[in-house]
Amino acid sequence: MRPILLSGHERALTQVKYNRDGDLIFSTAKDQQICAWYSHNGERFGTYHGHVGAIWTVDVDPTSTMIASGSADNTIRLWEVKTGKCLKTWEFPTAVKRVEFNEDGSKLLGVTEKRMGHMGTIVVLDIDLDVNAEQSDEKSLTIVCDESKATVAGWSYLSKYIIAGHEDGSISQYDAKTGDLLYNFPIHELNNPVVDLQWSQDRTYFITASKDKTAKLISAKDLEVKKTYVADTPLNSAAMTYKKDFVILGGGQAAMDVTTTSARQGKFEARFYHKIFEEEIGRVRGHFGPLNTVAADPTGKGYASGGEDGYVRVHHFDKGFFDFTYEVERERANRLS
Amino acid sequence: MAPSFDHLRDEDLDEDDIDMDEVDISDLREKYEVQLEQGYDTFVVIDGLPEVTEEQKPKLVKFLLKKLNSAGKTREDLIFMPMGDDGKSLRFAFVEYSSAAEAATAVRQLDYTALDKKHTLRVNKLTDVDRYGREGRIDDEYTPPTIEPFQEKEHLRSFLADPSGRGRDQFVLYRGDSVGVYWNNEKDQPEPVVERQHWTEAFVQWSPQGTYLTSVHAQGVQLWGGPSWTRQRRFPHPFVNLVAFSPNEKYLVTWSNRPISIPEEGHPVLTLDDDGKNYVIWDIETSKPLRSFAQLETPAVTDEHGVKKTPKFPWPAFKWSADAKYVARLNQGSSISVYELPKMNLLDKTAIKIEGVMDFDWAPSTPQRDGIKTYEQLFCFWTPEIGSNPAKVGLMTIPSKQIIRTLNLFSVSDAKLHWQSDAAYLCVKVDRHSKSKKSQATTLEIFRVKEKGVPVEVVDTIKDTVINFAWEPKGDRFVIITTTEPVGPTAGVPPKTSVAFFCPEKAKGQAVGNFKHLRTLEKKNSNAIFWSPKGRFVVIATIHNQQSSDLDFFDLDFEGEKPESDKDLTANLLLMNTADHYGVTDVEWDPSGRFVASWASSWKQQMENGYHMYDFRGEQLREEPVEKLKQLLWRPRPPTLLSKEEQKTIRKNLREYSRIFEQEDAERINSADVAVVEHRRRLLEEWYAWRAVTEEELAEEREALGLPEDPVAELLKAHAAAVAPDEEEKVIEEIMEEVLEETEEIVS
Repeated sequence: MRPILLSGHERALTQVKYNRDGDLIFSTAKDQQICAWYSHNGERFGTYHGHVGAIWTVDVDPTSTMIASGSADNTIRLWEVKTGKCLKTWEFPTAVKRVEFNEDGSKLLGVTEKRMGHMGTIVVLDIDLDVNAEQSDEKSLTIVCDESKATVAGWSYLSKYIIAGHEDGSISQYDAKTGDLLYNFPIHELNNPVVDLQWSQDRTYFITASKDKTAKLISAKDLEVKKTYVADTPLNSAAMTYKKDFVILGGGQAAMDVTTTSARQGKFEARFYHKIFEEEIGRVRGHFGPLNTVAADPTGKGYASGGEDGYVRVHHFDKGFFDFTYEVERERANRLS
Repeated sequence: MAPSFDHLRDEDLDEDDIDMDEVDISDLREKYEVQLEQGYDTFVVIDGLPEVTEEQKPKLVKFLLKKLNSAGKTREDLIFMPMGDDGKSLRFAFVEYSSAAEAATAVRQLDYTALDKKHTLRVNKLTDVDRYGREGRIDDEYTPPTIEPFQEKEHLRSFLADPSGRGRDQFVLYRGDSVGVYWNNEKDQPEPVVERQHWTEAFVQWSPQGTYLTSVHAQGVQLWGGPSWTRQRRFPHPFVNLVAFSPNEKYLVTWSNRPISIPEEGHPVLTLDDDGKNYVIWDIETSKPLRSFAQLETPAVTDEHGVKKTPKFPWPAFKWSADAKYVARLNQGSSISVYELPKMNLLDKTAIKIEGVMDFDWAPSTPQRDGIKTYEQLFCFWTPEIGSNPAKVGLMTIPSKQIIRTLNLFSVSDAKLHWQSDAAYLCVKVDRHSKSKKSQATTLEIFRVKEKGVPVEVVDTIKDTVINFAWEPKGDRFVIITTTEPVGPTAGVPPKTSVAFFCPEKAKGQAVGNFKHLRTLEKKNSNAIFWSPKGRFVVIATIHNQQSSDLDFFDLDFEGEKPESDKDLTANLLLMNTADHYGVTDVEWDPSGRFVASWASSWKQQMENGYHMYDFRGEQLREEPVEKLKQLLWRPRPPTLLSKEEQKTIRKNLREYSRIFEQEDAERINSADVAVVEHRRRLLEEWYAWRAVTEEELAEEREALGLPEDPVAELLKAHAAAVAPDEEEKVIEEIMEEVLEETEEIVS
């Protein structure tokens, strides 16, 4: 099917996110508004105004009641999805690069930038999902990253661990209750920052994307690298599709490194790999800038990508996508049925 | 503590405060004291003279002088022969030459030469005697040199025996800091033979027959080879930049743009003679330098606009004859110096004077000329118009130095010499200007070297400038690339080019007919010609070009139907395939002519570095992006050991062989497929086993914590309960519009 082109942003996209039901898409960009869209037809149903800096990140709670956003104006804001009302603003000394709700929406983590003498930190805020409730001002936990700043972070299953990806290419596992560092492994190539971290549905494993041109599938419990996907361009984002065992990688040569304008040289394509076999199975073209963010529909119907070109492209998978199986997969399916 | 810059007071900066007398600089003086020339460089010591009395002495001196003067200038009174107490000479003499260079020559030329039947001269520099023979440096007692027991060396040609029995070729990949040698596996991942980090500092190079891999370092050159890739040889030429082998891998030329400077304490291999030289010619077997040379200044050329062009650096400066018995260097504008191997002495002691000579080139194989039985090498050269004399192209034999053919040419602005690989033809590409010097045209003057009297055929149907020319190896066809626009740095967009194919007409018997134009392909961007080493197939490519990057694969002996117009020609051209490799900078055929590798080197451009592998028909077999790829080089093969008859038999029975090979290929592919499926099956099982364990653990943990099975379902239920009471039931209508038909009517 033809992709739907969402042109609501004026600048480069920073994150796109589906809600749990897969009917809404939230997108943030370096312009100062968050957009919310219906995923099935691309109609915009609202924007959220208030930030006064580039917005780096957005997340929606599992009940699709609230969204949280982090911005270069050094704030995390909490919004009501339905009305667009800003429910709460937390201020920080530096920009916020990543926010994520835990699996039941009771906690929110934020990754703050290292700048102006401040260390990079991961903060945890308690959230009450009642829109009328007063949200707490206090951070329930602060993790200081004194080795290498965290670039991305997320909650594991049962909100047991906080997993963070770092600028030096390493991945850390923290105890989500105490904030103690349990492990830190150099997983990606040294000094190639981890730029994205997305979870499987049950949050027992996650996929990371790095500038070292690889994406890795890692188990949350012991940070064991299960799979590695090798691309030929620096990556910005990686997502896992549901229903089918694929992963989607987005990236492309950064604008400053591209010397010609021809679209093929930048490799501005979404790449599909088989999650288990680590083999590339296809590419989707369309953006004329690097893909900054990709997200998969949790119901498995499609995916969305946001580019440096300011567009979000929402794709709905065709029948061929669902029909595509490896022989050994078919074999297994037949055996199980 | 020394005062840091921040705390420096003004007084500290005042230099006048320092009393120079108080400063002790004796240590510095010691270190940097200039060693004044000791003046003994012009002296040599001659040993091994006969014992003579005072009366016999003048006779001996006179006799000696004759010999000594062959190396340089010296006089009777400059020879000092010390006499012993018994009135007899001590059998040695000191000789002073007029310059240090002459003294060096004397040592080189006269050492170990016979004075008469009984006496052999030993000639040494006085400074050397002083350096090596000073008291304490030599043990008084003679200790025989220890001879290392013989050790079996590895087989340097073992690479020709492919362990898989498929006769695969190897190539070397130099990327980032690592160098690796691989077997070409066609479609599959190349099989590594050896991989090493920091194997080389500058580049890698194969020797011409593939025996050695050359690595280039600041300290010199190293050769590697054998099945375990051990170091075979080293040639310590400091700051070496370029390396060239003789065709038979016996000799090596190294060049550095920095003149060699021999340190005070000496150099392990090079001597003071080599000081200030740029080139060193080495014997590979012994790893010893044969001779070194300084760089020649190439005269700067002023073009027609009066702009001084920096002369192109001539490489290889030393060109080898096909049998590697001679090596020659051009002294542009005046002469060609031919040196004989292995002694590296100038042939007949003089350079061959050819006034105005611009370029020369050896025949790439020993030429077989009609009616000439003697074994001689051949080179060609050309001279420009000088005054009213025409420009000339000449062919000269070595060692007899006979000019066997010359050709006069007029209005020549430049000429290029192209030998065919068997030395059967020489094509001279002559760029001519019209009388007004405004327009350019090119003619091809083709010398038929093997035929009687070396007839010359002229191809003058070409209107445009020829920018590239290439003979078919072992064949008699050639390809040229022409352009209408002048070559040069035009603003970004390279000019359009045409590719033209030429071949001989059909002729009776063994004779080769006249060269005729076969086909021209216009409006191309192509700029490079790559013939298969076995001939017949050729790749015409556009390399190093931002806009286009085509590789056209041609067959010149297509076995299908031949167009009527070509029926008298000895070629049938077919474009088999066109490939596109974005950013390609280099193309190379493997030595067997079965595969073509094209690659984008990060030395030349930064984008999409990597290589493509094609078969000879232009079907892409493989493409691999390689980060920071610098070089990909096929390992050359030595010439075949099979006789002509044996090769013929093989060719005759090719069908038999290929049947076996095809069967083997099919089996291999099948087993590979099975392996892949098996591998996938295992991956799938491993994955699902891991998932099952993890999910079970998760469920257990969840239960232990007293959490609901699905955290969100509960949450949503609660959420829905909170929202529902306020909300009334809604009817949602969705209007679907469907376009059944669209028609367009034109109302006139």
